[in-house]
Amino acid sequence: MSKTYYDPADLRKFGNITEWDEELGNKFFDYYGKVFEEGALTAREKSLIALAVSHTEQCPYCIDAYTKDTLQRGVTKEEMMEAIHVGAAIKSGATLVHGVQMMNKVNKLDG
Amino acid sequence: MATATKSLKKQGSDLAQSNRQLEILSNGIFQNGELPTFKNKISETNQFPLKAKKLEILQINVGYMCNQVCDHCHVDAGPDRKEIMTRDTMRQCLEVIKNTGAHTLDLTGGAPEMNPDFRWFVEEAAKAGIKDFIVRSNLTIIRANKKYHDLPEFFKKHNVHVVSSMPHWTRGKTDKQRGDGVFDKSIKALQELNAVGYGMPDSDLRLDLVYNPSGAFLPGDQASMEKDFKKALLDDFNIQFHNLFAITNLPISRFLDYLIASENYEDYMYSLVEAYNPAAVENVMCTNTLSVSWDGYLFDCDFNQMLELPVNSKVKHISEYNEDLLEGRNIVISQHCYGCTAGAGSSCQGSVA
Repeated sequence: MSKTYYDPADLRKFGNITEWDEELGNKFFDYYGKVFEEGALTAREKSLIALAVSHTEQCPYCIDAYTKDTLQRGVTKEEMMEAIHVGAAIKSGATLVHGVQMMNKVNKLDG
Repeated sequence: MATATKSLKKQGSDLAQSNRQLEILSNGIFQNGELPTFKNKISETNQFPLKAKKLEILQINVGYMCNQVCDHCHVDAGPDRKEIMTRDTMRQCLEVIKNTGAHTLDLTGGAPEMNPDFRWFVEEAAKAGIKDFIVRSNLTIIRANKKYHDLPEFFKKHNVHVVSSMPHWTRGKTDKQRGDGVFDKSIKALQELNAVGYGMPDSDLRLDLVYNPSGAFLPGDQASMEKDFKKALLDDFNIQFHNLFAITNLPISRFLDYLIASENYEDYMYSLVEAYNPAAVENVMCTNTLSVSWDGYLFDCDFNQMLELPVNSKVKHISEYNEDLLEGRNIVISQHCYGCTAGAGSSCQGSVA
């Protein structure tokens, strides 16, 4: 057993999850593949969204995968960093907007 | 990547030796069975041995001298390379050009324009009336010295199809791969080519760009990249061109050196093998192309030329050229060939699948 929780080489083995449940695994990968096809959004736009979400989910496999994927699509460093700031802004905004709940509660208890 | 100023050969690097490169490509992950060899992979779909079909493209490397020292260069070209095709060898090539059934003549280098007999060769070759006459120009050569400033007019006069490298539409990514100042010079050269009619939507003067990644990753979809390149170059610099060829960097020479030094070699080989596409094998360029080296020897492709893997045929040199004897020969392969079969495939004309 590995002594670390994450091993970069495990990303290559992602497809192996079908070995223990072929039907659900295949359904997932079919869905996943379809989601990233060109549609109303370009594959490039989807890749940038995925890169931002990879960071908000703090998934190291996803960060590796979508950093490479965005590079392959000609995305620049500046665009990549802006995308993850969008993710970070939503994360911090989602924290701070709960401040209103805290304020409501304070006002009720101690207003 | 950081741009070097000397070729691997001049630096005395181990990797300047083709046998050292072939050793690396055959050992390690390909020897211990972690990844299948290219031969085993194409055997799975009964595509081994790869056979040469009818010749369509004759690619001639007129010398390894170049005004640039690009990080990814599979030729290990640079100002310090002295291998240059002589006029005698060019004459032997011209005999073949006049008689070949190939529809495309493709001149490459180094910077082909730096060969002192380049213009003579183009003038003579153009007379053969080959349908598509390509010169692979690095663009900056047009701005490098006064004596090259008239190249756009010269290309136009001989109806040359210009194919030029342009790794990205931004300065940073281009200069990182090709050297400081290359982006600005390339933009100026493209504007000059446009000014004489190259690359304009209705023009017969063909101007295509070659995109290859600036690091250890594969090229994206060619059509999407072309759309992005066209928009950016038109919006930012009022530049137009016809097609974009997305080309995969093959793990040889300077790019192999970079992969090893940056500890990306194994991951890159995994990426190539995972992206293997049997449909690309069908149309891989070595099956319809012949590559001629500066000294007249024959190879299945420019990459095999750099790895010093000659054609598997009795005919070894342009002076002995015989199209019938070369057709049907077994193509010489190694693990670098995965570069041409990944994803949509890769060739000097871009995607193949």
